[in-house]
Amino acid sequence: MATESLKYLNPDSETEVKTKVFPRPGQNTKGIINWLTTIDHKKIGIMYGMAALFFLILGGLEALLIRSQLWNHNMDVLTNREYNQMFTMHGTTMVFLVIMPLSAAFFNFIMPLQIGARDVAFPRMNTLSLWCFIAGGIVLNLSWFFTGGSPAIGWFGYAPLTDTRFAEVLGDMGPDFWIFSLQILGLASLLASFNFITTIINMRAPGMTMMRLPVFTWMTLIVSFLIILAFPAITIALVELMFDRTYGTNFYDFLEGGKPHLWQHLFWIFGHPEVYILILPAMGIVSEIIPVFSRKPLFGYGLIIFSGAIIGFMGFAVWSHHMFTTGMGIVATSAFSILTMLIAIPTGVKIFNWIGTMWGGRIRFETPMLFALGFITMFMVGGFTGIMHSSVPIDAQHQDSYFVVAHFHYVLIGGALFGLFAGFYFWLPKLTGKMLNEKLGKFVFTLMFIGFNLTFFPMHYLGMIGQPRRTHSYNEGHGFETWNQIATIGAFILGVGIVIGVYQFVTAAFNKKLKPAGKNPWDARTLEWTLSSPVKEYNFARTPIIKARDQAWENNYGPEENHSQKEPLDDHGVHMPDRSWYPLITGLGFLGLVLGMLFHQSVDVNTGEIIRNYTPAIAGGVVAILGIIMWAIEGPAGYHLFPKEDEE
Amino acid sequence: MSEASAHAIDHHEPVTSTGIPNKKVLMWAFLGSDCMFFGTLISTHLIYRKISATVGGNFLDIRDIFDIELTSFSTFILLASSLFMALAVSAIHKGNLNSTRWMLFGTIVFGAIFLACQVYEFTHFVHAPGNELTLSSYRGEPHVFGSTFYVLTGTHGTHVAIGVFWLIGWLIYSFTGKMSTADAMDIECCGLYWHFVDIVWILIFPVVYLMEYAF
Repeated sequence: MATESLKYLNPDSETEVKTKVFPRPGQNTKGIINWLTTIDHKKIGIMYGMAALFFLILGGLEALLIRSQLWNHNMDVLTNREYNQMFTMHGTTMVFLVIMPLSAAFFNFIMPLQIGARDVAFPRMNTLSLWCFIAGGIVLNLSWFFTGGSPAIGWFGYAPLTDTRFAEVLGDMGPDFWIFSLQILGLASLLASFNFITTIINMRAPGMTMMRLPVFTWMTLIVSFLIILAFPAITIALVELMFDRTYGTNFYDFLEGGKPHLWQHLFWIFGHPEVYILILPAMGIVSEIIPVFSRKPLFGYGLIIFSGAIIGFMGFAVWSHHMFTTGMGIVATSAFSILTMLIAIPTGVKIFNWIGTMWGGRIRFETPMLFALGFITMFMVGGFTGIMHSSVPIDAQHQDSYFVVAHFHYVLIGGALFGLFAGFYFWLPKLTGKMLNEKLGKFVFTLMFIGFNLTFFPMHYLGMIGQPRRTHSYNEGHGFETWNQIATIGAFILGVGIVIGVYQFVTAAFNKKLKPAGKNPWDARTLEWTLSSPVKEYNFARTPIIKARDQAWENNYGPEENHSQKEPLDDHGVHMPDRSWYPLITGLGFLGLVLGMLFHQSVDVNTGEIIRNYTPAIAGGVVAILGIIMWAIEGPAGYHLFPKEDEE
Repeated sequence: MSEASAHAIDHHEPVTSTGIPNKKVLMWAFLGSDCMFFGTLISTHLIYRKISATVGGNFLDIRDIFDIELTSFSTFILLASSLFMALAVSAIHKGNLNSTRWMLFGTIVFGAIFLACQVYEFTHFVHAPGNELTLSSYRGEPHVFGSTFYVLTGTHGTHVAIGVFWLIGWLIYSFTGKMSTADAMDIECCGLYWHFVDIVWILIFPVVYLMEYAF
């Protein structure tokens, strides 16, 4: 192969071409192999984003089915069980397959550019997290096709709903699919987080001190720490649940000494930090956008960082506010109530900082800014109802009503999703090199803003007058119909808005009519805007030497001493790590292991005994282990590029 | 596209912002995360230990099946393996390949003895005549102690087994002739993992075993 010889044969030295079991694809590989073996953080970010947008549409369709069922009293669009499956799959999909991977897409694409790095610390491990995430998405949605269909246990999987004894359908496999997909998704998040932590701590460009890091990068760091400390709790809880369901242990089996209450604690010890894992990346994105479109530096940079860290820290101390009605006793309930009220303070500090940034600024109302403003206003609504829930007596009234549904959708759609959409409109020009259609963007914002509020604002009222959540239908005479119909209409408007938005993002790279973006179309402030759009594969031809916090802005408008410099061109060129097949092979091994475990049990028709066959699971495990061993043997290797100085 | 070149591939360690190698930061982050894994398991065990103190109406005395002499012995062996591990790291830093090899071998043997003790212990507990402790029952009555005990100590055993396989990998590598002081940092990371797994056992041994004799 021409590219191989170009890569490995050096006329100056005696290096030989090494033959390997799987030959490593060369640097100029094109087509599908380019994407399957890539270790480039930008391509990985794009794949994360595409997969997550696909799941966003899927989870959205599930939501629309739920809304159709609730259009009128006693509707029959879905059966009881299908309805339970829909809200379970909707919740699980949106949390683990949409918001988290969309955040991961931005972490991958933007964070290394913001700190002046050429890639993340462990590029091949980064690819493995991507494949694990996709494997998790596949496993979760495979559940539709097997015994019992999808899980019908809620995204929280409360015991004893997961107890095999209480399965509605004999041999229901839904919860097993749910358990194993969450395990493999957890693995993906953990690997990615170890990677991001190492990258941010260790791979900053010279002069990029911690207090010069862009806020988005700071939030990446905080979220990564939240993930590595919160996910173990759910991993162990799921391991225990798997043992309960498969090997008859009694962790959550109340008939044999277990305590279902323990599941709730373990789930929410993970689940509450998870809330901040979902919202902090969006806060980071908004903190980047608001200064740019207000033409002012971020007001109170240090305070925003510090509040983010405090939110992350306190996020581990408030989990029981999800369990106020379980009877934990006065002391525990009061303590968690007070801590929940306290955590509102750093959140409020951030909001005032964003307002302070806009105050007196020259505000440009372009699409990213509109979404960022939408984020602030609607996140505030969700935040206020959140503070209401910190009061135990009020929470007891709201528990399991539509009021709670309104609350967390204001936080997760009005908050997280609007923040992420703001990020798309803001950074896609950097990704594709072309400006998005501003008019279409504003149209999407209008549809989403109106549709969203039409859907979820009436739910506050519906909850107050007593409509329970997670309930298949309601009877006539409660007065629920009108507001439910408004909510359903709103949901379809929101759905249309999201579909147009997704269409706009996905086609951005191919749309020839779009105007070129240039290096810095928004006159933005951070380091990624000093690079060409789209960014070259090596990111920085010469490593920048950072002199100030808003480096791109200082380069354009700041005093001479604040302009960034560049390290001298290295004779060795830019060292690029090689592509690899092994992350994909290891990921497939994990997928095989999980599927093998899912289907290892069968029942002997004659005797009724359980037969266990571990061969497929072991085969999958062996593939994964071989993948890791070969991975270690092949090493990072690499090749060198010699970019010209102006080619960034 | 800029000129792609054919320079020899150099393997110099990249300079990091903190001066700590990337792999070491990764390992510390992983160990922080692993603390939470074991924290969750140990909490589960402690919670159930207190609230499920009886079995079939009678007070549960797990001392009937514990063999504290055997467990103390295997605890000692595991702790001693940490000494070998530390010596292996020290030897590879000095470039003493022969000593590294022997110390790695010692760590593997002691790790394997610990695992063998655990396998013996599990088998013994499951089949203890009249006192069978299984995943779901004790003396034939449904109980949680077996669930928390086996899953907690089993997870720890899995960690030890992974460590043993990792060390065997290094031992094999040491015979390829490629091992040098350049690998010291990688072996040190392996050592960090091994010491951590030991420390976890130092917590599990009193909490799961010794406490049954004290409270």
